[in-house]
Amino acid sequence: MYAVTYHRAASVADATKLAKGKDAKYLSGGMTLIPAMKTRLAAPSDLIDLGHIADLKGIKVSGKTVTIGAGTTHSEVANNAKLKSVCPALTDLAGHIGDPHVRHKGTIGGSIANNDPAADYPAAMLALDATIVTNKREIAAAKFFKGLFETALKEGEIVTGVTFTAPEKAGYEKFRNPASRYAMTGVFVAKSKDGVRAAVTGAGDNGVFRSKEVEAALSKSFAASALEGVKVPSKNLMGDLHATPDYRANLVVVMAKRAVAKAG
Amino acid sequence: MGIEGIGARVARKEDRRLITGAGRYVDDMVVPGMKHAAFVRSPHAHAEIKKIDVRKAKAMPGVIDVLLGKELKTDGIGNLICGWMIHSKDGTPMKMGAWSPLAVDRVRYVGDAVAIVVADTKGQARDAAEAVEITYKELKSVSEAVDALKKGAPQIHPEADGNLIYDWEIGDAKATDAAIAKAAHVTKMHIVNNRLVPNAMEPRAALGHYDKAEDHYTCWTTSQNPHVARLVMSAFYNVAPENKLRVIAPDVGGGFGSKIYIYPEEIVCLWASKKTGVPVKWVADRTESFLTDAHGRDHVTEVQMAFDKDNKITGLKVDTIANLGAYMSLFSSAVPTYLYATLLSGQYNIPAIHANVRTVYTNTAPVDAYRGAGRPEATYLLERTIETAARELGVSPAELRRTNFITQFPHQTPVIMNYDAGDYAASLDAAMKAADWDGFAARKAEAAKRGKLRGIGMSNYIEACGIAPSAAVGSLGAGVGLWESAEVRVNAVGTIEVLTGSHSHGQGHETTFAQLVNERFGVPLDSVSIVHGDTDKVQMGMGTYGSRSGAVGMSAIFKALDKVESKAKKIAAHLMEADEGDIVIENGELKVAGTDKKVPWFQMALAAYTAHNLPAGMEPGLKETAFYDPSNFTFPAGCYICEVEVDPETGVTEIVQFVAADDFGNIMNPMIVEGQVHGGIAQGIGQALLEGTSYDDAGQLLTASFMDYTMPRADDLPSFVVSTSNTPCPGNPLGIKGCGEAGAIGSPPAVMNAITDAIGTNDLTMPASPQKVWAAVRAAKKH
Repeated sequence: MYAVTYHRAASVADATKLAKGKDAKYLSGGMTLIPAMKTRLAAPSDLIDLGHIADLKGIKVSGKTVTIGAGTTHSEVANNAKLKSVCPALTDLAGHIGDPHVRHKGTIGGSIANNDPAADYPAAMLALDATIVTNKREIAAAKFFKGLFETALKEGEIVTGVTFTAPEKAGYEKFRNPASRYAMTGVFVAKSKDGVRAAVTGAGDNGVFRSKEVEAALSKSFAASALEGVKVPSKNLMGDLHATPDYRANLVVVMAKRAVAKAG
Repeated sequence: MGIEGIGARVARKEDRRLITGAGRYVDDMVVPGMKHAAFVRSPHAHAEIKKIDVRKAKAMPGVIDVLLGKELKTDGIGNLICGWMIHSKDGTPMKMGAWSPLAVDRVRYVGDAVAIVVADTKGQARDAAEAVEITYKELKSVSEAVDALKKGAPQIHPEADGNLIYDWEIGDAKATDAAIAKAAHVTKMHIVNNRLVPNAMEPRAALGHYDKAEDHYTCWTTSQNPHVARLVMSAFYNVAPENKLRVIAPDVGGGFGSKIYIYPEEIVCLWASKKTGVPVKWVADRTESFLTDAHGRDHVTEVQMAFDKDNKITGLKVDTIANLGAYMSLFSSAVPTYLYATLLSGQYNIPAIHANVRTVYTNTAPVDAYRGAGRPEATYLLERTIETAARELGVSPAELRRTNFITQFPHQTPVIMNYDAGDYAASLDAAMKAADWDGFAARKAEAAKRGKLRGIGMSNYIEACGIAPSAAVGSLGAGVGLWESAEVRVNAVGTIEVLTGSHSHGQGHETTFAQLVNERFGVPLDSVSIVHGDTDKVQMGMGTYGSRSGAVGMSAIFKALDKVESKAKKIAAHLMEADEGDIVIENGELKVAGTDKKVPWFQMALAAYTAHNLPAGMEPGLKETAFYDPSNFTFPAGCYICEVEVDPETGVTEIVQFVAADDFGNIMNPMIVEGQVHGGIAQGIGQALLEGTSYDDAGQLLTASFMDYTMPRADDLPSFVVSTSNTPCPGNPLGIKGCGEAGAIGSPPAVMNAITDAIGTNDLTMPASPQKVWAAVRAAKKH
């Protein structure tokens, strides 16, 4: 790790002020940033720690409306009883991110802002048609996730939370990369009164995306059997050491089936 | 067997220290004035070094010096060598290219060390290492051995034309060809044995300390054989004469072979310490481990196995190309030859065998022995081939093996080895019973109802351990003898120190070696200390690898204990005015047999040191030394059965049962032996299912971190069902065969035989990742 100056922000406003004019990075859980710094792949001059801002923490469930503060850890999401009662798919997703260390440090805001193409939360946000709230504005998930590690966030903009309406049914299943255990293909399916949405993470060569083939099939019948024989094109899917685009295309359908089965 | 003696399940004495974080590793060592090193490494697989500019780096904060290969040469530090001479079949010696500890004019793999930076802190050293400006002229590179032999491949060392190091053979080509020509059936296989990264938990490290006052060097290093390190660094690398060089290998966190070799870093740290006047410590990070630790395996082989009409094997022909990487590591030449082809008879009576082995330079990390070293490669090809033959011949794989088992001992194979003892059918029967082999069809049918493809596969391995008879290995080209030494010091109050040339880096010597002493003298384990890993304490030793510490290291201790016992009995007999021949040692007492006369152990020891009342002419004290040179290899063997379920939708393989039935000869501590088997099987399953090393076309290591290199984890593995049925080894006084590598040797073919049985196609290579299995299932459906 290169030398870096650490700042603990007291508030979101304080954080943006601290970052001004510096080659700074905001630090939430640090589960991606710190390893990247340790291997010298990231070298910010300053770290602005958002981890002690009380306003960023907490989960509110009001009827079907869910609001999660950006600084809420995966473990807190996974173990929130109210959230589990309205959207068990999301608590299940959070409970299977990384390992216990990661779940107790990593946060939903950090994951979303980083937009790792193999992260779990972006699939949930897109399928739940969530709104990403920042210190400046509200952005629909469909507009927020732009590409590999790319989001709609502008200079000085900080994710403060997410909000969504709990779906009627939802499920998430991922196939883990054998080495990293990140999602090599993960599918979040959600059925709400507006229809069915199926978002895929870990597979697209431009990050998280919605599968229209899966959505079309599930719109007819929200059941695993509806996906029998469905094919998704391998075009625009990632290929690497662990999975070819063809294999990922297969996994999209298989994971979608299993996600639907979990949704019940 | 007492409660702490041979055969007792004694908890490991060293674990209290190791699992409470109190172990002391090289990185824990601190010497006054110590500074930190970082190595500048080649980012290219193959390039000429045109210019090195260190001015900027030297001016960085905290930097003490930046040193280059040119200066190392000027100071007379020698090139690294391979210590086992192999001759090609045309009689020419192997073609060893020069390996300078710091590259001077050319780099040959990504990670090749070019310069060392010494600075006040590790961070400063790394910062400065990045500031060393090197101008490279990139050259074409080659990563695969098969490609390196092709016409037009880049020439890696001027010494090795066409990158061929040697073209070696063993066995009778004519007889083997004749057997194949006459055969009723020939099974042919193309076998790839995947390259592995050892990944010991503790990365390599070195601390070099030059003491100007004494003109003496001390090297703390992560070594499996500190004495060999001292010998080689003195005799070949001109670091310092042996009497001026102390090598200490303290607690070492796993080796698996990768810490046998002497690497550039320890040589350079010692040299740099003298050069800079400060002690110099280097600790590899995980990336450096991936890039520069000697890798394992990486063979490509064509096999033909011939059968007569009664399904007896009549001949085996093997043609192997082995990748040795960019430089010849210390024992690299021996692995694909004498540690590999000499085991090609397996557990079977094969009248004619011929193996041809070509070893090749490539622009990859050096390849050397890794847990099993040659024997996993031999076992994999044999056991995949015989299983395939059973399928082709339409006979049970168990029966085909049984038909061909060696049953008479000693048995001379056509490839040097003389098997001394074994009962292969006993292991096969035990494994089949434990695996409920007969119930498999019902389990398969039940799995099919759940949409799963269930398969079963076996592997009957043999290996050669207890390496090795010194004269024999000398005649085969080894540069060293492979005996072991021991010294037993009985202190004045009867406590005992055992000094051994074996080195424990996870094996539990502090426990098992003490159990041997307890067995002999009845003294409690707590009063026995095992001393190892320091050339100033232990006179000489050959270290730990090749499952040799029990069969060879303990045999040396056994011999020294014989001498101690003899003198102790003389002293006791004198004290009790009895005949020496009537003295027996029981429960820490020396007794006159058939009487109630006895002397406690400590009293005898005290008498040896007070010397007030010793037999006439006897020297005071009680300390004995022994060197033990084995008369033969030992031959552990066994049968492993793996049962899998494949999910055809995803290609995921779940190992639902794994049975190991081994013959290790006599066992000192069953718990430690089981631990060795568990660890070995985990590594073998790792090779079969998970681990694969991949370089891209430009020679960049794609699997250079745990994000891409799949290490086995607990949830990849089932609970293992292990047992032993033992035939004592007649070749050493304790009847030990060795158990350290068996798991890694026997398991890969069992796993692959099970998966290919499940999916109904043989077209699958290790690691059988979900993607590959899914593709194989799909391809099989299309046919």
